[in-house]
Amino acid sequence: MAEPLLKVEGLNKSFGGILATDNLFLDVLPGEIHAVIGPNGAGKTTMIAQLTGALKTDSGKIIFDGRNITREPSHVRSHLGLARSFQITSVFLDMTNLDNTALAVQAHDGHSFRFWRPARRDPALREPALRALERVGLDHRADVVAANCSHGEHRQLEIAMALATKPRMLLLDEPMAGMGPEESAQMVEIIRGLKDEHSILLVEHDMDAVFSLADRITVLVYGRAIASGAPDEIRANPDVREAYLGEETAAAPDAPTPEGADSRARG
Amino acid sequence: MGELASLRTPRGIFATVILGLCAFMPVLAPALDEPFYITVFARIMIWAIAAVSLNLILGYGGMVSFGHACYLGIGGYVVGIMAFHGVTNGFIQWPLALLASGLAALVFGAICLRTRGVYFIMITLAFAQMIYYLSISVEKYGSDDGLTIDFRSEFGGLIDLEERTVIYYVIFFCLVGSLYLVHRVVNSRFGMVVRGSKSNDARMHAIGHPTYRYRLACFVIAGMICGLAGILQANLEKFVSPDMMYWPRSGELIFMVVLGGMGTLFGPVAGALVFLLLADTLSGFTEHWHIIFGPFLILVVLFVHGGIDGLLGRREAAGG
Ligand SMILES: Nc1ncnc2c1ncn2[C@@H]1O[C@H](COP(=O)(O)OP(=O)(O)OP(=O)(O)O)[C@@H](O)[C@H]1O
Ligand SMILES: [Mg+2]
Repeated sequence: MAEPLLKVEGLNKSFGGILATDNLFLDVLPGEIHAVIGPNGAGKTTMIAQLTGALKTDSGKIIFDGRNITREPSHVRSHLGLARSFQITSVFLDMTNLDNTALAVQAHDGHSFRFWRPARRDPALREPALRALERVGLDHRADVVAANCSHGEHRQLEIAMALATKPRMLLLDEPMAGMGPEESAQMVEIIRGLKDEHSILLVEHDMDAVFSLADRITVLVYGRAIASGAPDEIRANPDVREAYLGEETAAAPDAPTPEGADSRARG
Repeated sequence: MGELASLRTPRGIFATVILGLCAFMPVLAPALDEPFYITVFARIMIWAIAAVSLNLILGYGGMVSFGHACYLGIGGYVVGIMAFHGVTNGFIQWPLALLASGLAALVFGAICLRTRGVYFIMITLAFAQMIYYLSISVEKYGSDDGLTIDFRSEFGGLIDLEERTVIYYVIFFCLVGSLYLVHRVVNSRFGMVVRGSKSNDARMHAIGHPTYRYRLACFVIAGMICGLAGILQANLEKFVSPDMMYWPRSGELIFMVVLGGMGTLFGPVAGALVFLLLADTLSGFTEHWHIIFGPFLILVVLFVHGGIDGLLGRREAAGG
């Protein structure tokens, strides 16, 4: 087995009395899509925030590419190749889509103590920024101010900004949140296309998407990983069915099969 | 410089008219038999430089400094104190005054920028008040009576600031230079980081920008430009006093920026002009002019979105 690119060992985080992350172990292999699922409030976003350094970790270790990054600030992790997208869209609303991705490119093109040349006319920033937009199908909206874009376009921009940092690993926090079936299907294809070049930690509620994309799935409940394994194992796991998939299987006796998930996701 | 150079947009025309008015005032004022207007406009331009510098951090960087006038005082006092000790050479005075303003901004900024929101406002105010009380407490330099400057800065016979038109045009070129500098800076990579940090600092960190150092550098640049305004003020008035950096001055600077249009290149110049001319006119009618002026400013802030710049048409994306 290849060395994991990301390794999480005994991670903890509490907010007052709530244990949002509870002794979490997890790893992501190079080129793998590892999905993390779990009910609302399970601690998925908290975990991503800890992995990127937006939240300080109480205890435990985060190893990225063999290096302990538990105490590194966010920007250092970004430079090591870790990028995230946000569940609740977090972009530069007052700037164009291209400016948004160009700022992400700029962060990885040397320091920014450059005071004189206009950044908006710098091909070293604009061209890679446009390519990032192309990869998510947003290039035709490059010059539109982000505030004037649709929710679906914001979700695409989230991914494009993460991609523009040339990451080795993507942490995607519910990329399909609030999307219609058609947009979701498009996003599934986008994520599938990213798999060749990036390892992906995918947090998602859309089970069709998860079961069609993931190589492995970890189920998080109350900050604790209650199961981890291949999609088929997770589907068969009685604990998981009870704790999480239960609600869905109650409505539809047959849990989605990979093929079923696929066809449904594509609409 | 971008929008200023263009005469095809309302903004370009407006800016050109105002700068043109400034440029020709030494000719216009005597022709209109109002020579006093030369000094009025020189003062306006100095405040405009200070407002332009505040706009760099406030408008583009989202750093609401409530102590910006202290750099006006620091720049001015360095000139005043050196002149007091007989050092009138501008080649020594000016760089030292700029250095002092920059150093103060570096120290204050390093601490203030670790805080956000109301705390940032309060700490910038606290530092400015500290400098204010320092200037009051030093009797040698006049304490609250201020310090009279006998000789303006000397530039070895190259530039004679005692000449009224010369000092006027030095101020004018400093204003144009400050505008050009800010224009270049806000559109550079550095400027994009500062703007991004205002827009969404958490996202900036997530994509890999360590924003603190850039915000601090921006704070220092703004402090130095404001220090330049202080140098000019000391020279124009031949006088410095603690009042230059009393907190209402900082508040007025914020008003000029908001009135003109935050985060727009020329807005602060228009803001300073309208603010000072209006204050001047109103105070000529009644001594209770603040009672009219205050509500007027509040109404403008509440109802004219984007200040004077906002009246000149919509803007799509941030800045220009
Ligand atoms: N900043 C915070 N302060 C206090 N409590 C928090 C904070 N952030 C999250 N929590 C709590 O931690 C727990 C985990 O929240 P988190 O947002 O990580 O869940 P999630 O799995 O992402 O949920 P969802 O599926 O709704 O996005 C919740 O109980 C939440 O209320
Ligand atoms: Mg979440």
